[in-house]
Amino acid sequence: MSSVIVRIPTPLRSFAGGQSEITAEGADVGAVLGAIGADHPELLARIMKDDGQPREFVNIYLGSDNVRTLNGMDTPVSEGDVLSVLPAVAGGAA
Amino acid sequence: MPASRPGKEGVPPSTKAGRTGIFAGIGDTPLVELDFLEEIPDGVRLFAKLESTNPGGSIKDRPVARMLSAALRDGRLDGDRRLLDSSSGNAGIAYAMLGAALDIPVTLVVPGNASLERLQRIRAHGAELILTDPIEGYDHALRETQRLAAEKPERYWHCDQYSNEENWRAHYDGTGAELLAQVGEAAGSAPDAFVAGVGTGGTITGAGHRLREANPELHITCVIPDVFPGIEGLKPLGAPDDIVPAILHEELIDERIDVRMEQATAMCRRLSQAGLFVGPSSGAYVHAALQVAATGRYPIVATILSDGGERYASTGMWG
Repeated sequence: MSSVIVRIPTPLRSFAGGQSEITAEGADVGAVLGAIGADHPELLARIMKDDGQPREFVNIYLGSDNVRTLNGMDTPVSEGDVLSVLPAVAGGAA
Repeated sequence: MPASRPGKEGVPPSTKAGRTGIFAGIGDTPLVELDFLEEIPDGVRLFAKLESTNPGGSIKDRPVARMLSAALRDGRLDGDRRLLDSSSGNAGIAYAMLGAALDIPVTLVVPGNASLERLQRIRAHGAELILTDPIEGYDHALRETQRLAAEKPERYWHCDQYSNEENWRAHYDGTGAELLAQVGEAAGSAPDAFVAGVGTGGTITGAGHRLREANPELHITCVIPDVFPGIEGLKPLGAPDDIVPAILHEELIDERIDVRMEQATAMCRRLSQAGLFVGPSSGAYVHAALQVAATGRYPIVATILSDGGERYASTGMWG
């Protein structure tokens, strides 16, 4: 289990208690996001589909790498890693 | 380049002989009828302007050309300062393209998650790019632009597409007037409903005013994207902290229809099977326009296909 920082995009912070970052533990990307979802289910619903995969047009970066180019949600994480949740396009959201 | 001609979006003073010809290619875009969509009831027709045929590949060429022409004509944009604005990409391409044509240095503040194709094209025209942290969203890029303009007025001229009145006027004189003429020729009367969204508010305000002048009963529908992941170039206008563009005349809007990115791109893929290769905002507009058409209350529905699908390939939307 590693402790990982997850950066929350502005439009989703209202579903994360206003936080811009959340620290969570897990062995891989899916487990970390699942741990966040336990406390913030509405946040998780906007990031992931029911099958545990990211929604279309939602990108999850481990550092500067899109996890889709790694091992997806099974990508292992290390202590102190930073995950960022981003829309695939630069929309007009706040 | 070919000789320029007076256009609806305006041609700037010819300070650089021969370099303003590209302005002549802006506007006068084709009108297409989406008669292959089976949800359209009998007695209803759906038309759309194909804006990807503009030289910069999107509807944004229109307001940018108009804003630059007016600024040059009035002496607000002189040779000593850089043109500055924020954009999620399409306006940025128009600024970069026309700035290169006019030999005006351009600085653009763009969220770092703007599509790769947009960033490459902006760089190809020689514009300076300032990428903002995408985690902070588009309004952060807008606020950063305002900060730069306020801190360095001697370096930047802020075009400010969100408050520049020439923005919506370009759509009043151009997009709206063309829709009236082309739909009138094709269907014999003005549109009964108009469907668009709000990026800067220029299209829905300018074309909306023009179409409603011709038909006071015109029904105007505004497409509202979901807040996340959003739809490129469209503002949800829902949260208290959202920046509402100054040029948006919200009183024009009769109805708002929510569209999710998945619905928008599903429509894009469907349109591509009929030969129309368009981006997500266009898919969102057509998705909403079909709902308006399905009511059967508006015999002629008009909307906009704002840009082409090529500049979204890197997002994975085409598989």
